[in-house]
Amino acid sequence: MATVIELPLDTYKGPVSPDWCPGCGDYGVLRSVQEAAGKLGILPKDLLIVSGIGCSSNLPGFIHAYGVHSLHGRSIPVATGAHLANTDMKTVITGGDGDGYGIGVGHLIHAMRRNLDVTYIVMDNQIYGLTTGQASPTTSKGQVTKSTPAPNGNHETPINPLALAITCGATFVARGFSGEAKLLTDLIAQGMAHKGFSLIDVFSPCVTYNKVNTYSFFKERVYKLEDEGFDPSDFHSSITKAYEWDKRIPLGVIYKTEQETYEDGEPILAKGALVKQSTKVDKALFNKFIEEMV
Amino acid sequence: MQEVTIGIGGAAGDGLDKSGDTLAKICGRLGLYVYAYNSYQSIIRGGHIWLKLRVGAEKVHNHGDQLNALIALNQDTIERHAPEVEVGGVIVFNADKLKCDPSLAKKGVTILPLPIGQITAELVKEHGALIPVMQNTVALGAVLYSSQLGLEKATSVITDTFKHKGQKVVDLNVGLLKCGYEYAASQSKPITKEWKFTNIGRPFTTGNEIFAIAAYAAGCKFYSAYPMTPASTILHWMCANSQKTGILVKQGEDELAVMNMTIGAGIAGVRAMCATAGGGYALMTEALGMAGIMEIPMVVVEVQRGGPSTGLPTKTEQADLFQVYGASQGEYPRLIVAPYDMADAYKTTVDAFNYADRYQMPVTIMSDLLLSEHHETVDKEAFPAEVKIDRGQIVTSWPEEKGKYKRFAFTESGISPRALPGTANTLYVNPSDDHDEESILISDMFTSPPIRRKIMEKRMRKMDNLLKELTPPQLEGPKDADVTLVTWGSTYGVVKEAAEQLNAAGTKTNILCIKYIYPFHAKEVTEILSKAKKKISVELNFTSQMARYIRSETGFAMDAYINKYDGEPYAPAELAQEIKDKLAKKPETLDVTEADAREIAYHYLRTHNGEKSRPGKIVQESVNGFGEPTWYIELTDRATGTKNGFMKVGLRTGATYTVERDAEPAKK
Repeated sequence: MATVIELPLDTYKGPVSPDWCPGCGDYGVLRSVQEAAGKLGILPKDLLIVSGIGCSSNLPGFIHAYGVHSLHGRSIPVATGAHLANTDMKTVITGGDGDGYGIGVGHLIHAMRRNLDVTYIVMDNQIYGLTTGQASPTTSKGQVTKSTPAPNGNHETPINPLALAITCGATFVARGFSGEAKLLTDLIAQGMAHKGFSLIDVFSPCVTYNKVNTYSFFKERVYKLEDEGFDPSDFHSSITKAYEWDKRIPLGVIYKTEQETYEDGEPILAKGALVKQSTKVDKALFNKFIEEMV
Repeated sequence: MQEVTIGIGGAAGDGLDKSGDTLAKICGRLGLYVYAYNSYQSIIRGGHIWLKLRVGAEKVHNHGDQLNALIALNQDTIERHAPEVEVGGVIVFNADKLKCDPSLAKKGVTILPLPIGQITAELVKEHGALIPVMQNTVALGAVLYSSQLGLEKATSVITDTFKHKGQKVVDLNVGLLKCGYEYAASQSKPITKEWKFTNIGRPFTTGNEIFAIAAYAAGCKFYSAYPMTPASTILHWMCANSQKTGILVKQGEDELAVMNMTIGAGIAGVRAMCATAGGGYALMTEALGMAGIMEIPMVVVEVQRGGPSTGLPTKTEQADLFQVYGASQGEYPRLIVAPYDMADAYKTTVDAFNYADRYQMPVTIMSDLLLSEHHETVDKEAFPAEVKIDRGQIVTSWPEEKGKYKRFAFTESGISPRALPGTANTLYVNPSDDHDEESILISDMFTSPPIRRKIMEKRMRKMDNLLKELTPPQLEGPKDADVTLVTWGSTYGVVKEAAEQLNAAGTKTNILCIKYIYPFHAKEVTEILSKAKKKISVELNFTSQMARYIRSETGFAMDAYINKYDGEPYAPAELAQEIKDKLAKKPETLDVTEADAREIAYHYLRTHNGEKSRPGKIVQESVNGFGEPTWYIELTDRATGTKNGFMKVGLRTGATYTVERDAEPAKK
């Protein structure tokens, strides 16, 4: 087995400093992504970060790697195309809860059931930050926001991303928290190393627009599954953990299993990365196509 | 030019496609040219499928004006199409199941009922009971006799078609052909003269197959699509041949996914393509702009069909010009091109990949249902296996000495050398926000009006340079023509023949066919139109989109506009007549014609369980309480010919006002 040469943090220092609000949870996620990549010895040129639109989606500009800062809700299909065309690169998708669980949720479901070998890190702040404070698909029921006014606030049941991921075929499902940096780095590294679709939902508090799901809110509730010796390989107990909220909120690997990936089932990729394969026309084959039309 | 047109009609599931394919291949191998148009519906089983094959000694470019031989696989087909058969023609059908009332056919048309049971008795003895689709082969044999196409090539086609099922099946089918052939020979005379066969075999294919094969020749490695009529057959070809061609094919969950995946693949550096119809393209519009601002090469085929909305999924139209032109917010470099026939579709696709790569932008190829789905015989030379491949300025290495690599460097040409992800020392982000040379966003933390000005100019000057490379449109036909017909896309094929008819009749006519829509040869088109005498646009849409576009780019309006938007393509004589009417300044009328009224009556009967009746006598009545004159249409019993009701249809509106049908006689 090849030795992994770990790389220092500043290997991934981006050209521009992040412009997130001071205290934003996304700073922690950026650092953990950089640390995880370093732990796994991934060269910046072999790392592809794909995002959509939102505060958290600005991440590709802040890390030294190849990046795509695409459209709202479309990071997953863009990453899918880029990944299938070049499976030699490590593809990591980063975005927020609006981008990923709202407009992009359709694509998420299909990517998970394909078990594509990519890692999706969602900076979940349960609000729309960049557009200044509307409700998101994970905003809690009853919460008052710019688009869900008093007296009822949000009267939609929030999406449960972990349960969604487990039932749709994701094979590595975890939850992190910006306020638990070491665990977060470890989860991201595990997710990136995992063969198959990895979803890491990260509590990444929005200090400007979400006054409910704050660092204190989470510190009062979160606990680490690894401290309880939780075994993430059982579907049903994982689903139960996924629904734990109110008083206790689990952090760590919620579900992990090994399944055939989409890439395993695509014979063309057995020959290696698509972008490195020959594009030369097989003349005999071409002529056969034409002859069959006669 | 010697020609014959054979129509095959039946319900979906009756095996028309295969029969048509067989007939076309027979003609192709004889060295004849075929143009086949299939008027079909969305339905999977039932409904009405109508396949017309026009066969000519020379190349034919549309489905023509006449019907000479009719193979009817169901009663409805006889009702609809028997009256269309030209004098001297023949109508063939299974006499055991169907009948053709002599009043339905013109005098001088041979009605040839085939007693299938009787004539295939020997075959049944040897091979067992026949399955319904085999009646098609018998009918085909009869028409081969009528059209003097012989049995030799037919046997070779049948053999190729069925050899994988074993010799016995081949023998059965050849036997069926022979039965029909010999029966027809014993009962009728040929309807054509003898042909001079060159026996030069030519491919018989559809526009969609051409798009797919051309993409393969051009080195496409990624194809994505969401199933949608009439683009799905590109996906089917790609999937069926994926392992052999090495093209990775991915069906997306929707067109949003498809377009974004295709762009992702382009970002990674492979030649990538997708295709869809108008409704799917509507979902792709946002992502097109992303490809434009990120400067990513990719190719998308938009196959236009009847709109708006879900519209007429199986009918042709060319009304998406403004959707494609206006696609995506803002302004960005792109190429929009509309091929005008099969050979051009091949060339256009190969060129599209090269332009996409060299200019780093999305290319939209505008096709339409007719071009994509009709079958046509094409010369093999139109499909070279070896084509020019130019990937543009791709950076494969960047030594430290060169300094910082800038993905969006402001160059003279506007084209910035492109490093593919995975290359060392050339790291960058592909941003959908506007950005500077180094891909740093310029509307977030940092804003900069001069940088925005320069990057917009950089991207857009790619278009100025691209335009210089594109072949401008040219007038086809006599320079001093009295009439210039302006058209685009597959409509060219019928405009060409209408122009031939007009020129032959003494009206000097030439044609201006627009292929490159954006960037547009405004200078050259202005020059051409400034010298044209009478300008008439011919388009398959309601609002004359190409004519309007030309006016916006050149200042020239047409002198007359010809539009067709009933879902069916033009026929040459029909078009030539309309042109003559425009020249004679005949007042335009949208009134329902007698033929229209008959068809409206048929529509009512089919939709309201009235298939035992057919429209009979039709007379026009003056205004009598409906606010407009009406067509009075008598309904008669198909079996007995006795009147059993009537309908009134508005002359101007086409409204079905009254329907009175006698009660069904009580069953004895």
